[in-house]
Amino acid sequence: MNRVNAHRRDLVWQNIAIATPYLWLLLFFLVPFAIILKISLADPVIAQPPFTPAFDDAGRLDLTFDSFTFLLTDKLYAITYLRSVVMAVIATLLCLAIGFPMAYGIARAREEVRGLLLLLIVLPFWISFLLRVYAWMGLMNNHGAINNVLLALGIIDAPLQLMYTDFAVFVGLTYSYLPFMILPLYATLERMDPDLVEAAQDLGASSTRAFWDITWPLARPGVIAGCLLVFIPAIGEYVIPYLLGGPDSLLIGRVLFDEFFANRDWPLASAVAVVLLLLLVVPIVFLQRNQARDEEGAA
Amino acid sequence: MAANGENPANGRPIEDGFIRIRNVTKCFGDFTAVDDVSLDIGKGELFSILGGSGCGKSTLLRMLAGFEVPTAGSIEIDGQDVTALPPYERPVNMMFQSYALFPHMTVEKNIAYGLVKDGAAKSVIAARVDEMLSLVQLGDFRKRKPAQLSGGQRQRVALARALIKKPKVLLLDEPLAALDKKLREHTQFELTGIQYETGITFVVVTHDQEEAMTLSNRIAVMNKGRFHQVGTPKEVYEFPQSRFVAEFIGTINTFKGRVTAVEEERVVVACEAAGCDLVALGRHLLGVGDEVEIAVRPEKIFVSKEEPPDDGGVRLQGVVDDLGYLGNRSLYRVKLPGGKVVQVSSQNRRRSVTRFLEWQDRVWITWQPLSAVVLVD
Repeated sequence: MNRVNAHRRDLVWQNIAIATPYLWLLLFFLVPFAIILKISLADPVIAQPPFTPAFDDAGRLDLTFDSFTFLLTDKLYAITYLRSVVMAVIATLLCLAIGFPMAYGIARAREEVRGLLLLLIVLPFWISFLLRVYAWMGLMNNHGAINNVLLALGIIDAPLQLMYTDFAVFVGLTYSYLPFMILPLYATLERMDPDLVEAAQDLGASSTRAFWDITWPLARPGVIAGCLLVFIPAIGEYVIPYLLGGPDSLLIGRVLFDEFFANRDWPLASAVAVVLLLLLVVPIVFLQRNQARDEEGAA
Repeated sequence: MAANGENPANGRPIEDGFIRIRNVTKCFGDFTAVDDVSLDIGKGELFSILGGSGCGKSTLLRMLAGFEVPTAGSIEIDGQDVTALPPYERPVNMMFQSYALFPHMTVEKNIAYGLVKDGAAKSVIAARVDEMLSLVQLGDFRKRKPAQLSGGQRQRVALARALIKKPKVLLLDEPLAALDKKLREHTQFELTGIQYETGITFVVVTHDQEEAMTLSNRIAVMNKGRFHQVGTPKEVYEFPQSRFVAEFIGTINTFKGRVTAVEEERVVVACEAAGCDLVALGRHLLGVGDEVEIAVRPEKIFVSKEEPPDDGGVRLQGVVDDLGYLGNRSLYRVKLPGGKVVQVSSQNRRRSVTRFLEWQDRVWITWQPLSAVVLVD
C-alpha cells in the first residue's frame, strides 16, 4: 500500500516537472499575448488605460478591427514591415557568411583551444549591449577611429559618412547577433565526423564539392537554428537602428515603440505587434516542420 | 578457407612492386610518425600493417590515401607517382574505421557516391550499385539510411562504397575493430573472399594480431615509425627477427644468455635462468660471447609429470605455479628452480573433468631445438 502511494507521489512530481515549462509559457507568453490581442481589437481613448474595455456597460462584446484595417490601408506599415524583413534577412545572411567559417574553424581546432575560442565568442556578452553599440558609434563617427585611420593613411580625403546609414545598422546587427549564429553552428559541426569529408574526397569529390555534398546538408539543423536566433531578434530590433541608423530608416521596432509611447495609440501598437508575431511564427513553424521531417528520415 | 597465409590469392602470380613506398618519412612538428620506410606490395596481395597505437601505421595509410603528404620520400602505385596527388585523383579508395557513411544518404546513394562524382552514366551507376549490393548481400536494404543498419551491415556498405570505383588499391583502416567477436570471425572470411573475387590489392591497417594473421598474405610489423619485420604470417610468427615482433605477435618465453658455440645452423647459448645450455636455430651472424635471447612459443613446449626420454631436446624441471583452463587448451606457468617462470600452452585432447596437473606439481618441460629462435636485439 505504502509503495503504491509512493509511486503515486512520484507520478505527481513527474507531472509537476513536466507541467512547469508549459505553465511558464502559459503565464508569461500566452496570457500576455492574449492581452495584447485584446488591446489590438479595442478603440483608442484618452483615458487610463488608453483603450476601450472588451465589454461595454451593457455587458456586450465590443471589439473592432479598425487598427488592423488601418495597418492595411496605410502603406507606411507595409513598407516598414518589408524593410524590417529585408534588413533582418540581410543581417542573417551576413552572420551566416561570417559565422559559418568561424564555427567550422573552432569545431576543427585542437581540442585544447576550442574552449578558449568559444570563450572569446561569448566574451562580448560580459559588456552591456548598449555600451557595445555606443562603441560602434565611436568607431564609425565622422571623427571616429575608422575615418581617422583612413584619413591619416591618405586613403580618403574627406571623412566617410558611416554613421546614420543602413551600412551602420548592418554592422551593428551583424556584430551583435553573430554569437547566436556561431554557437548553434558550432554545436552541429563539432558533432560531425571529420572522416565524412575525407571519405567524400577519397571517393572523388574536390574539397568544395565535399563541402556542398556533406558538410552543408549535415550542418542544416545548426544553420536553421542560428538563422532563427539571429532573424527573430533582428526583425524587431529597436536600439541598433535607433542609435546607428539614419532618420529615414524606419523599422518595425521603431514604429512599435512610437505608437505605444509617442502616439499612445495602444490598439494600433498592439496590432503592429500581433502582425509582427504572425510574420515570425509562420516561417518558424514551416522550418520546424521541415526539420522534424528531416530528422525522421535520418533516424 | 583462406587462413594463415594460405590465401587463395597466393596461387596467383604476384606482380612485385605494384605499390612502391620509397624512403617515406612523415613528421608532425618534432614528432616523426613514419621514419624512412620502404616497402613493396604486390598486385592482388592482401597486405597488413600491424602495430600498436601511435606506431605510424595510420599515418602511412593516410599517405597512401592522399590525406597526408610525406615529408620526404615517394609513393608509386602501378607505375604512377602519386606522392603529391590529392585523394580525389588517386586510383585508391579507403574504408574508414568509423565507416564514415554519409548519414543523410540512403545505402544506395552512399554506394553510388564515388561513381556519381566521376560523372558516370546513370545506367552504369545503377548497374554497378546493383552489382555491389549483391556482392555484400544488402539488396533488401538499399533504401535504408545508415542509422537504420546494424554494425555489420554498415561495415558492408562501407566496403561496397569503397569498391564501386574498382580502385587499384583498397585501404582498410581497422576493418573489423568495430564488430563483436562472432561477427568478426565471419567477416574475416567474407573480406578475404571478396578480395579474391575482385582481385583488388588490399592494404589493411590493424592493431589486432589475430586479424592480421588470418587476413593477410603478408604482414609488416611496425613500431615507432619503422618496420620491424615484413613477411608471411608464418614467418612473422615462427621466425620473429626481434624481441618486439616476438612479443607483439602472440606470447613467447625468452631466456637471456651468452653464445658459447656457433654451429652450421644452430647456436648453443649458456643460460643462467634455465640452468643449462640451450640450443636454438640461428639465422643470424653470431659470434661466441654475444649476448642473445632464446625465444620459445608456449605451444611448442610440452609438459609432463614423468621424466621424458632424452632425445636431444631441451629438458627442464619445474613446479606448476599457476594454471588456467580455457576449454580447448590449458595454460600453465611453470617456475624453474632459478625463479624464472615459463608459459606453456597445451591442447586438451582428452575429455576429462579432473585436472591433469595441479598447483605445485613437479613437472618436466621439454622442447625441440628447432622450436626455439634466437633474438638479437
